[in-house]
Amino acid sequence: MEKTINKTPAVETNTDFEVRSLDTMCVNESQVERPWWDNLKYSAWGVLFGIVFFKAEIISWFRIQEMFRFESFHMYGVIGTAVVVGLISVQLIKRFNIKTVQGEAVVIPNKTFNKGQVYGGLLFGLGWAITGACPGPLFAQIGAGYSVIIVTFLSAWAGTWVYGYFRDKLPH
Amino acid sequence: MLETLKQPWPWYLAGALIGLTVPYLLLVGNKTFGISSSLRHLCAACIPGDVKFFKYDWKKEAWNLFFVGGIAVGAFLAATFLSDPNPIVLAEGTQEYLASKGITDTSHLLPAEIFSWEQLFTLRGLIFFVVGGFMVGFGTRYAGGCTSGHAIMGLSSLQWPSLAATVMFMVGGILMTWFILPYLLTL
Repeated sequence: MEKTINKTPAVETNTDFEVRSLDTMCVNESQVERPWWDNLKYSAWGVLFGIVFFKAEIISWFRIQEMFRFESFHMYGVIGTAVVVGLISVQLIKRFNIKTVQGEAVVIPNKTFNKGQVYGGLLFGLGWAITGACPGPLFAQIGAGYSVIIVTFLSAWAGTWVYGYFRDKLPH
Repeated sequence: MLETLKQPWPWYLAGALIGLTVPYLLLVGNKTFGISSSLRHLCAACIPGDVKFFKYDWKKEAWNLFFVGGIAVGAFLAATFLSDPNPIVLAEGTQEYLASKGITDTSHLLPAEIFSWEQLFTLRGLIFFVVGGFMVGFGTRYAGGCTSGHAIMGLSSLQWPSLAATVMFMVGGILMTWFILPYLLTL
């Protein structure tokens, strides 16, 4: 039987809830302790995800161009289907109060609106059309052997760091 | 069977599998789908500096790094064993437009005229790799998520801030594609 531990974190976890809610970090992180290899279940799904990304050409710069030029339905079909499937899944989980495999209640933290979604979203959109890749496809492109994308990835990493550094000075 | 798998996969199959990521992550570990957070966790793990935004227990979010690691491995496997030998089939309009900008090589998923190491040290290469990448990393974190966290996870759970973010992603992409990229491509 798995042990539940009451919340007294040894390391100072981030108590800035604005930061957390901004960032899809688990506000409701599970308190059930699990061994590191438990994370392999995420890797396994990631592998499937990476195969789909490659085979449906979602990581293709060309497909992103087509999407923004409104000349192909492909990417709209992918994202639209994903949202519909996700929406139905979330509704089913809520309606039937489906628990996680560990028996915990599923909690989806609410995102709060701030100006970052507008300014940051615009900036990301501009970059997305140049690189032809959002963060997920960056990992997939590197895995697929497009080694020069390592530069794009390092730059995206740096961009995230610089955002963190100037975060307090930016309008939110 | 293998021949069928090597063909490009249809949008509805890809969309369904990507959509299923949402319940999978929720049910196996109470995790919300989001990929750009991985970049933040890498900052926290490797170069936190003295930045409050990166001072948290990133190991609790390590699942996200396992997930993106899997994505790279999956793409490697697909590229190695399931690669389609034929050139990518583009919409006619896109193909004609790109040809007018000197981009005609459709044998790979990324145009070889731009995405190669030789191009890195040109002005165009600098913009496509360094500036573009920086905007993706900075913008997604500023927006609090990317296509996965906002467009898919956020919209799936009916969060209107995610709708705002998704609309802005599209506005940015359309502005770049129609008004700026035509110049950048010919640099």
